[in-house]
Amino acid sequence: MGKSITLHSRTCVSEAMETQVPGVVFTKPSGDPCPLKKHRFSEDPKPNLFDSLSEELLFLILDHLDSNDLDKKSFSLVCRSFYGAESRHRRTLRPLRLDLMPAVLSRYLSISHIDLSCRHRVSDGVLAWIAIAVGPSLLSIDLSRSRSFSHFGLGSLAAGCLSLVEINLSNTNDLSDASAAAIGRLRNLEKLWLANCKLLTDMGIGCIAVGCRKLKLLSLKFCLGLTDLGIGLVAVKCREIRNLDLSHTTVTNKCLPAIIQLPYLEKLSLVNCHYLEKEGLLTLKLGSKSLEVLDINCPYVGDDALSSIVKGAVNLRQLILAHCVPVTDRLANSLHRLAKLETMKLECCHMTTPGLLALGSSCNSLKELSLVKCFGVTDEGLSFVVSKNKGLTKLDITCCRTITDISIASITSSCTSLMSLRMESCILVSKHAFRMIGEHCPLLEELDLTDNHLDNQGLKSISNCRKLLILKIGLCMNVNDEGIIQIGRGCPMLQELDLYRSIGLTDAGVIAIGQGCPMLQTINLSYCTEITDNALRSLSKCPKLNTLELRGCFRVSNYGLVAIALGCKEIVKLDIKKCYDITDVGMVPLAHLCSRLRQINLSYTSVSDIGLLALASISCLRSMTILHLSELTPNGLATALLTFGGSKKVKLNLSFKSLLSQKLITHLEERGCIFQWMDRAFKAEVDDNEVWKKRSQDLVTVV
Amino acid sequence: MNSKFKRVAEYASSSPQIMGDTARKLSRSQPFPLFNSSSVNYDPRTTPSFPEMSPLDSRSQTLCLLSNEVKKQDQSEPISWVKSQILDWDPKVMLNNLSFLEQKIHQVQDIVHSIANQDSQFSNQENELAAHQQLVTADLTCIIIQLISTAGTLLPSMKNSLTTANTLLEPFGSITTPSSICFNDNMQQNENVPLEMAKASEFDELIRGLSDCGTEGDELIKCLKNSSSEVAESALIEDHDLKEADEGADGENLPPGSYEVLQLEKEEILAPHTHFCMICGKGFKRDANLRMHMRGHGDEYKSAAALAKPTKDLNSELTPIRRYSCPFIGCKRNKDHKKFLPLKTILCVKNHYKRSHCDKKYTCSRCHTKKFSVLADLKTHEKHCGRDKWLCSCGTTFSRKDKLFGHVALFQGHTPALPTDEGKAVGVLDHGNENEEKAVLVKSSLDDGANVLDVRGDDDERGLFSLMNFDSFNYGGFDEFSQPGF
Repeated sequence: MGKSITLHSRTCVSEAMETQVPGVVFTKPSGDPCPLKKHRFSEDPKPNLFDSLSEELLFLILDHLDSNDLDKKSFSLVCRSFYGAESRHRRTLRPLRLDLMPAVLSRYLSISHIDLSCRHRVSDGVLAWIAIAVGPSLLSIDLSRSRSFSHFGLGSLAAGCLSLVEINLSNTNDLSDASAAAIGRLRNLEKLWLANCKLLTDMGIGCIAVGCRKLKLLSLKFCLGLTDLGIGLVAVKCREIRNLDLSHTTVTNKCLPAIIQLPYLEKLSLVNCHYLEKEGLLTLKLGSKSLEVLDINCPYVGDDALSSIVKGAVNLRQLILAHCVPVTDRLANSLHRLAKLETMKLECCHMTTPGLLALGSSCNSLKELSLVKCFGVTDEGLSFVVSKNKGLTKLDITCCRTITDISIASITSSCTSLMSLRMESCILVSKHAFRMIGEHCPLLEELDLTDNHLDNQGLKSISNCRKLLILKIGLCMNVNDEGIIQIGRGCPMLQELDLYRSIGLTDAGVIAIGQGCPMLQTINLSYCTEITDNALRSLSKCPKLNTLELRGCFRVSNYGLVAIALGCKEIVKLDIKKCYDITDVGMVPLAHLCSRLRQINLSYTSVSDIGLLALASISCLRSMTILHLSELTPNGLATALLTFGGSKKVKLNLSFKSLLSQKLITHLEERGCIFQWMDRAFKAEVDDNEVWKKRSQDLVTVV
Repeated sequence: MNSKFKRVAEYASSSPQIMGDTARKLSRSQPFPLFNSSSVNYDPRTTPSFPEMSPLDSRSQTLCLLSNEVKKQDQSEPISWVKSQILDWDPKVMLNNLSFLEQKIHQVQDIVHSIANQDSQFSNQENELAAHQQLVTADLTCIIIQLISTAGTLLPSMKNSLTTANTLLEPFGSITTPSSICFNDNMQQNENVPLEMAKASEFDELIRGLSDCGTEGDELIKCLKNSSSEVAESALIEDHDLKEADEGADGENLPPGSYEVLQLEKEEILAPHTHFCMICGKGFKRDANLRMHMRGHGDEYKSAAALAKPTKDLNSELTPIRRYSCPFIGCKRNKDHKKFLPLKTILCVKNHYKRSHCDKKYTCSRCHTKKFSVLADLKTHEKHCGRDKWLCSCGTTFSRKDKLFGHVALFQGHTPALPTDEGKAVGVLDHGNENEEKAVLVKSSLDDGANVLDVRGDDDERGLFSLMNFDSFNYGGFDEFSQPGF
């Protein structure tokens, strides 16, 4: 990266635009921070006016630039004082290449947050360096999914970073008890994530419980090595805990009383704790007065036990009961004492009509209700619930396959302040119902109508929701250009649009979106087979576009892709699978212009070694799927893989495994590459949408 | 050893089976001259011809004597009270009982006689001999109980003891019927007769002495002596074979005053021996050992009765609950302490005194660090020493994980320590804070704090339980909770 800064000789700003890296500007480890400038200053004897600006002023400007890394980089390249100000102003760091860490750390001295997640190889040395360089100011570090550091590295962090408050060690699979003991020396730690640390035992968590007395958040999800002893000790020692996640652990009834009695406990997650038993839960009638969020997902816990828990927690705001036994009127009636209950999530539950009626009569102040994949949701029950909760802002009735227009009518008439409605696959709802949504819910910001009988009339009505940010109308076979054009005209704020398998969609619809929705960030046009380069040219007018899915749009060619590369520099995720016409010609400008690209799917395209090599120069690129590239040779692939710096995730055909040398593979894996060898049959043609639809429907009926 | 202890030792050693020595002993200590004379005067069945029988026989005679004395309204001081009650019992029934007793004693005499003859002729027939011995023992027990009950009929307000005696009699078929009848008669009589409380309690003592398995001869004498100071000494005679080393009455909640408190002197507690041979003066820790030793002093100590283990108090209802006090002033187990917690048995006193107020002179030969003042504790420790894999940062080891976690939960600053090969740094780095943290002792709110009782001894060593430390109670920065945070 440092090399590329010095190579280009355009203005600082445009150069920065091209060579930015999110979060970090990499410079040469030694020498003057900005050699380009030095040369200019020596030519110009006049003092730089910018130097006279006070640091406070510069910081104020930087505060406003916080959301955009590119702008900040440009700012820092204006002059020496701006450069210094930016260095001192930066608080967060998300390095992508650890070999440059010493240089980065020597420049940014007041970093308080370091994000090393997705960084697959973090050595003890790196952690020790961090502790030495920015130890006193560091407040938070994210090491999730990292590996190859041991308790020595964490020990140096504990010794150097005395003010560390947050540490995320989720998915660090080799985290041992010794590492936990090192964490236990971070006396000021308040938030700790240890999800999926399967090697952790009671001894380790015991060290943490004793050492980190100020813990407020602790996530022990999937820590299967823990027993009641360790968890019980946490409850005894860390009395300040507010947020405790014990999902998927072997916690039993034994230590539950101690947990419930934690004086400040606000959020408790007990998802899939199979060792919890009904009898034990029944004894917890006292409940926790401070508890605000309860996430309990225990298929074997009966409604009587649940109602006894729920009764005591008078301050409960949010209740998540997934995979529960039938939600009966008894359970629902017990909710009526919870005056503050705002959010209710009943996912994959067996609902009964009396239960829903009782829910409606006991809860009147719900703001959020989710009935995702619940069986037995009837029109009668749902209508009653929504009629009692008129303040509802978020409603999720995804896959409630038994509700009809009657429910939609009562939802739209009762909940006029609805901001989010998700009703994917409500197959009994007719096309007329969607007109009511558009007419009665003008405040909608999120609308998910995937796989419904939506038609153009419905879309026209929905285009009245001028605040709409997210619209998902994939798999709606009755929608065509006419409706999409209405959306393009009516919803200027739209950020996310899902048009997956919209058969009737042609360029005209996409052009209307490109013109009417300049804020668009995400668009999914997969299997909209009529789309051509013209649609892409129109989309390139949306400068914020970061996710583009063109899977199966076989009419798209290099020209369209180049247009996107020129217009949408913030592209992060690109899927051009089965765009057969795209070749190296499209890849080279993409690699050159879209330097923020992080994830790309090139399967079935005509990209060859050269294109891949070009992509390899994008330092942000983390994940690449290159299946069935007929032009690709083993040598070219090897070259490209070697060019990649840092760690990548690469999906490859299994056939390449034997063609690449084993030494190369192990070398790459040591550097942090993760290979996924796929063994899928070559299937060139794009599925016909009608065929696909029929097949998916068959699947649903079978299920 | 002071004189008092000597006397105690005498009593201790005067086990029931050596009642043949009663006269000698009594004459030496002279607590009761009356008995001396009576044993000489009213001993119609003195048994020169049956030396083997002498212990039990003489005792039963003593008991007979007692009843005889009562009948004859002897003028002796301890039983003078009987005079006033002379008419409260039926002389005919008493006579019946006595004649029954006489018969029974004759039977026994015959059996023993035959044994004596056999013994001289075929000393090899062990089995037969043993059977005879059993028969004799059973008969004698019968006689004793009958005697007690007969004596009991002399006294009013004895319903309880009589009924218990009654139930005890039942196994001894032949004598059950007459005695139970006579009991009932007497009970009906006695109900009408009020009696002074003092006398009643005196009689309680007597009955207790009599019913004390019929073996504790000296116990009987003591009761008759009616001296409260003797009780403490009798306590020493209690069976010391109790295995339980627990220190006390923690489980029970006796209201103060519902039990009598005894306090032994330091010397008595620490005395190595409590049972002494009356003949050669050798001391023993256990009564059983003394009995074995006594065999060497002559054939009369070899009888089954002499070797039998003195059975326990059958009439436990009658004995007042007895608790013990530690002589160490200021100790919670001392009776002058405000929150006095009494000790349950003599053994508890011994173990408590050694553990709490004595040097720990036994060192573990394996780890060379752990010290104990009670040998049994050392042995218990040595069984597990080196096998405790659950380690706390304070150095205490545990054989079970839940014990370690109970310990860690109870003490602030204590951390589970990992095995050194895995994470050396853990224990070492914590040392800086350890001392100050130890000073802050927190009684955790963990409900099952009882789990950690077993670490008591170890932590005592480190002074963690000193009262001073409790002042700096700290609930892990509870004050900070009020901050908004989050």
